[in-house]
Amino acid sequence: MTKQDKGTWGTIKFDGPLATRGYALNKMCYSFNDAEAREEFKKDEAAYCDKFGLTPEQKEAVIKRDILGLERLGGSIYYLAKFAGLLGLNVQDVGGIQTGRTTEEFKAYLESQGRGKDNG
Amino acid sequence: MAKIIGGITTSHIPAIGIAMDKGLEDTPYWKDFFAAYPPIREWLGEQKPDIAIVFYNDHGLEMFLDKKPTFALGCAPRYENADEGWGIATIPPVTGETDLSWHIANELIEHDFDPTICQDIKVDHGLTVPLSLMYPGRNYQHLKVIPVCINCERFPMPKPSRCYALGQAIGRAVESFAGDQKVVVLGTGGLSHQLDGERAGFINTDFDLESMDKLVNDPEALTKYSNDDLVEIAGAQAVELNMWLAMRGTMLGGVKEIHRNYVAPISNTGAGTQLLLNE
Ligand SMILES: [Fe+2]
Repeated sequence: MTKQDKGTWGTIKFDGPLATRGYALNKMCYSFNDAEAREEFKKDEAAYCDKFGLTPEQKEAVIKRDILGLERLGGSIYYLAKFAGLLGLNVQDVGGIQTGRTTEEFKAYLESQGRGKDNG
Repeated sequence: MAKIIGGITTSHIPAIGIAMDKGLEDTPYWKDFFAAYPPIREWLGEQKPDIAIVFYNDHGLEMFLDKKPTFALGCAPRYENADEGWGIATIPPVTGETDLSWHIANELIEHDFDPTICQDIKVDHGLTVPLSLMYPGRNYQHLKVIPVCINCERFPMPKPSRCYALGQAIGRAVESFAGDQKVVVLGTGGLSHQLDGERAGFINTDFDLESMDKLVNDPEALTKYSNDDLVEIAGAQAVELNMWLAMRGTMLGGVKEIHRNYVAPISNTGAGTQLLLNE
């Protein structure tokens, strides 16, 4: 768990310096809007990362599905969501991965803060 | 003059579009959320607005980080939707509007707002999910849509006060347009949620309900927040409140709330819906 010097705990603020750091990574994830690109990535992930010029750390985090690591290396959650989508993960799965919970535990955490549902 | 007949706030998350595609509206998870919409659809059916101004944010379909407007205004006769990469169905083209759009462009620049003017952009779920909610069955093509896109993804982002002022400038532009069109304005996205970091999943329902109250009675109070405040209080993606504030700005003066719904969690968010009319 990280406590940042400033800013909100557990929050990776996607600002200019981070956007600079993550540009190639985000550009790769942006390419996943295209179905053919998604297939090309799946065939050879490392080669696809190289095509976009990811750093070795970014490439390793991609291969490991290390979402938190990717955020710290400049990945925007909106573009990482496209990467996660390609892997068949939804935002609850991604929430679980980042918070050390199973998807079911993460959903329960969401529900524990809930309001307005009569199904409880 | 053209007239703003009402304002609507709504969530725009992809999960809603997916739930509609799968016909899950009446399931236990979704029913309380979708219960918000029949009264709004009824109102739209009675009022028959000609034009909808939709404040939304682009989550990486059209506006990548290479050239990302802080504010963007659509002035196109139509807008395509496209694959966003993770399985929400692509919807048929959205009808645009060019006369009022260009008038708004002129008036905004005259009044010191300088948006990026877009004659050919794709629109993502931020705009298409609300349209699908308002007009189920893809029945929205009679409505002329003016997209207004606000950067909510990368800092620096426009301040809440600035988004509200943008809305006010658009509201005045609509009032000064020589025409008898009826205009509805949508503020989309929100409310509290956080997708990134160890704090992912954070929701603040108290903040959401209070914000919905203030949006009606005291929107200026919400403009006092910074974007960093919103992140701290209501989660990293709660900055989407800016699109609600822009909508409220267009209404220029007192409003009354005709309808409200709030459900959390819907996916990872607090999902608020309101229908506001001018007093
Ligand atoms: Fe959004």
